[in-house]
Amino acid sequence: MSGNVLVFLESDGGRLRKPAREGLGAGAALAAALGVELHAVIAAPDAAAVAAAEGGLGVAALHVVEDPALATSLAGPHCRAVKAAAAAASAAWLLFPATVLGRDVLATVAGALGAGVAADATALEVVGGEVRITRPICAGKAVQVVAAKRSPFCIGLRPNAFRAHGGGATGRTETHALPAGAAGAPAARVLEVRAPEQRSVDLTEADVIVSGGRGLKGPEHFHLVEELAAALGGVVGASRAVVDAGWRPHSEQVGQTGKTVSPKLYVACGISGAIQHLAGMNSSKCIVAVNKDAEAPIFKVADLGIVGDVFEVLPALTAAVRAAKG
Amino acid sequence: MKIVVCVKRVPDSAAKIRPAADGRSIESQGVEFVISPYDEIALERAVQLREAGAATQVTVLSLGPAEASKELRKALAMGADDAVLLVDPRPQRDPSSTAEALATELRALAPDVVLCGWKAIDDDSGVVAGLLAARLDYAYASFAVKLDAEGSGLRVSREVEGREEIVQVPTPCVVTVQRGLAEPRFASLKGIMAAKKKPLVEKPAPDAADASTVVAVTPPPARAAGRILGEGAAAVPELVRVLRDELGAL
Repeated sequence: MSGNVLVFLESDGGRLRKPAREGLGAGAALAAALGVELHAVIAAPDAAAVAAAEGGLGVAALHVVEDPALATSLAGPHCRAVKAAAAAASAAWLLFPATVLGRDVLATVAGALGAGVAADATALEVVGGEVRITRPICAGKAVQVVAAKRSPFCIGLRPNAFRAHGGGATGRTETHALPAGAAGAPAARVLEVRAPEQRSVDLTEADVIVSGGRGLKGPEHFHLVEELAAALGGVVGASRAVVDAGWRPHSEQVGQTGKTVSPKLYVACGISGAIQHLAGMNSSKCIVAVNKDAEAPIFKVADLGIVGDVFEVLPALTAAVRAAKG
Repeated sequence: MKIVVCVKRVPDSAAKIRPAADGRSIESQGVEFVISPYDEIALERAVQLREAGAATQVTVLSLGPAEASKELRKALAMGADDAVLLVDPRPQRDPSSTAEALATELRALAPDVVLCGWKAIDDDSGVVAGLLAARLDYAYASFAVKLDAEGSGLRVSREVEGREEIVQVPTPCVVTVQRGLAEPRFASLKGIMAAKKKPLVEKPAPDAADASTVVAVTPPPARAAGRILGEGAAAVPELVRVLRDELGAL
């Protein structure tokens, strides 16, 4: 199972995304434990410029695949780029940060290489030469450890779970052409992209999340949650109850049937803490709960709690946070 | 257009999950099982497309224990036309082996469209659909929040980190669905009665090698006991002080 480690680096707006840096951190530790080289691949329409802007990445080799076809967030072209880089890198261990694109590239590369695969890792270790992957299951209600039994093996990395890499020199840079897709093979094609003017950070990558639940009593009161999120520099989440009620979009739902998140700070406002919600957020580093029911299950997982009405506490908290941040 | 919906039998999201005595799986005793919610959304949309005349046949396919015939009967009651259960003699499979078994059956079923939830809510891997697309050489699109038949293929809106991407997907294809695409119906009494007469084929699951094995399943790390800082707005200054001075969270 010898072979190098290759990290898939996703970029956006000419720079690496935060999960890419975490992938380099996880990859550096894995390569050191296995005694193999760390390689990375940037596959983007502006890959060479991204590589130049980032400087040293602490890798033995950086593989650059630049092609206009890589502007898409569809997996197909990225899968071909990673396959080409994996061959050049003699890669046995392929790491993919679990962004929307990263998940798809993880699965399609694993399928194309006939490789093993484990998604959403929160820790990697090497035990007696065997790579072991720790991953939460059932949205965090249990934790599974799997051992890779063959290589190549593809591993998805959960955002906010690995320490970002500090950098260092890049040994060499190799440029590869994007291999053409198989002739006649059907492929999805993007017709149109509708982007909001201001793109928000995805919940799974956010450092701070402020979530609201039924305690807000109606969608018209969610501005209290939005204002606290803005003051804390975070993004808005929601419980299943309020998404089901149509108060908030599905994309904001935190929980077992929504997003599993692990931010540095999670503030639950007017959320009682159904088991499927707790499962989706209990790996957050610090949990703050505001709820008027002192017996609510949310207080069993919260590090810090205030028993009180969200209509009274949230405006006071928003003002105090603004003041504290100056 | 022939649609196959892949569905998985999973513990209900309200279920408490405990490691089983073997320390390598989850305890199924006392747990209620359901169709994984995202798969149910895929099934609902498939049935809607058939009712609208855009699809000709909706087949549900599952890999799992013999008990999963209960979930497949429910899928038939919701409106699927027929069902195939690949009865797995093994208690667990890794994603590679799961995809290999499903791909073998899909080659025989030769659908135009394969739909499934973007992940199953027990294993949380979200990779089987992508593995299937790569192995079958089908087109692939993920996280559909809108899905309609258009020409000989599909027109799909994907939710991609706050953006909406409208994608044309030719057939054959594998498409995964996200919440928001459709609201699964409750099976009607008529549907439940009709489901009893619909074909549900059970056959042994093809064997395939695992690329990984589970060495342990444990409860999540316990969180240290928290602190209630006080009641109402009066507790806010203390909360801000702790966040700023003790946790450096501001």
